[in-house]
Amino acid sequence: MSTIGLYTLTRKEIQRFMRIWSQTLLPPAITMSLYFLIFGTFIGSQIDDLHGVSYIAFIVPGLVMMSIITNSYSNVSSSFFGSKFQKNIEELLVSPMPNTHVLLGFVAGGVTRGLLVGIIVTIVSLLFTELALSNIFIILAFAILTAVAFSLAGFTNGLFAKKFDDVTIVPTFILTPLTYLGGVFYSIDVLPAIWQKVSLLNPIVYMVSGFRHGFLGFSEIPVWIGLLVLSTFTVAFFLLNLYFLKKGVGLKE
Amino acid sequence: MNAVEIKGLVKTYSSGVKALTGIDLSIQEGDFFALLGPNGAGKSTTIGVLTQLVTKTSGTVKILGHDIDTESVVAKSKLGIVPQEFNFNIFEKVIDIVVQQAGYYSVARVDALKRAEVVLKELDLWEKRDSVSRTLSGGMKRRLMIARALIHEPEVLILDEPTAGVDIELRRGMWDFLSGLNKKGVTILLTTHYLEEAELLCNNIAIIDKGSILVNLPKEDLLSKLEEETYVLEVDKKVDVSKLTCDAKYGKGKVEVRFKQGYSINELMKEIDKQKVVVKSIAPKNNRLEEVFVRLIK
Repeated sequence: MSTIGLYTLTRKEIQRFMRIWSQTLLPPAITMSLYFLIFGTFIGSQIDDLHGVSYIAFIVPGLVMMSIITNSYSNVSSSFFGSKFQKNIEELLVSPMPNTHVLLGFVAGGVTRGLLVGIIVTIVSLLFTELALSNIFIILAFAILTAVAFSLAGFTNGLFAKKFDDVTIVPTFILTPLTYLGGVFYSIDVLPAIWQKVSLLNPIVYMVSGFRHGFLGFSEIPVWIGLLVLSTFTVAFFLLNLYFLKKGVGLKE
Repeated sequence: MNAVEIKGLVKTYSSGVKALTGIDLSIQEGDFFALLGPNGAGKSTTIGVLTQLVTKTSGTVKILGHDIDTESVVAKSKLGIVPQEFNFNIFEKVIDIVVQQAGYYSVARVDALKRAEVVLKELDLWEKRDSVSRTLSGGMKRRLMIARALIHEPEVLILDEPTAGVDIELRRGMWDFLSGLNKKGVTILLTTHYLEEAELLCNNIAIIDKGSILVNLPKEDLLSKLEEETYVLEVDKKVDVSKLTCDAKYGKGKVEVRFKQGYSINELMKEIDKQKVVVKSIAPKNNRLEEVFVRLIK
């Protein structure tokens, strides 16, 4: 099976967000600088160490993860819905490109943007604090898997979206609350027992916890459980999207 | 072999609208075929099914012998499609749109760039290759859609009202281009509202209305269905129409004559000549195909 179509779509998707870098790469760097400054330096200096590290060092991995989640998700949902809206998605649908390649092409764009923003935010964080590095392989595994999982979820959003509002509803009302409640700014260990259990229903808790382990060497949840949850989430969305594409959900009448 | 073979094609939309009620249609390889019909007749749904953008309810569709259900990928690779509405990315450059489309059909980028130069030059768009597509004129956008459809060298080209809203000069240019393409062996299926276009370009014509094919005939056979023809003659002075052997009326320096097929125009000219009247011009009153069309869908 030729991969020229997949390469073409991936290249196109990367060029798309690079062309509008001031809307895609710059804003997370500025927003996260403010987070680091206000929550890390100003407020963080008043907060005791968490698990033996300064508050700012504790929140950096969570904020990097938050950037990866938001950017990979929104890249795919907005690009795919934009293609639907302008109808240029038909260029792909009439072509002999297999559905797997269509899905992977959009996901590749989302993953690249998610990871690029993750790297930018990590570099920016170094202006505010020193970062420990416990296990680079855990960092890479969680960063890549999270970017893939949320790119896939963004694709599902793009498939079902009928208007531009539908692309912003999920990030605003579901993704952002889950991320903020996903242990980015606090350790779930400090929550009352009942809320610790409720938090375990939030998949982002596993991602943030595992990613933080890669930097700081500890996590609230064992790394293997995090990887298992993330892999299940990824495989489920991959298969679901392929099924939707086969059925033409949101695309064909 | 048939380039397109449709049998018992039915499409009922989820809203309950029956767009196609069981059509049969065959288009031979190398043909220039027109599918005519009023708005909402089922033309675009038929094209949607052929290009697999619309899921059929029942029936079979084959492209060059490849069933769209069992050999979907091969069937798609044979087709080039020029849709009715502009559907390219308005933020991308002309060259990128065309080269990307080639990539989706597994044409390597280096080859796609070479092909793009040929196709864009043929369609007079090469100078605009680095322009963002939204800045093109309407005619250029139409030609861009044709360039995009041809970049993977399809054997069957489907055009859904390709000259809608295009000025006369450009339309004629496109007709020449499409004729040339057909002569090179590309099968062309065209839908159009300009019946003159179908009469001029196509060998075979089908008329569709309310989801079923009313007639599917060679152009000449279809035109022979006309029993009467009307011509307008521009004359230098008044003609006494009572002395003519066909239905005629005179007004403002023009004579409108109606006669059945087979009537001798030579006879008519002799009768006018006897009255010492000079005929300055002669033209058919209506597009002939238009008359057949209007009668059939009434």
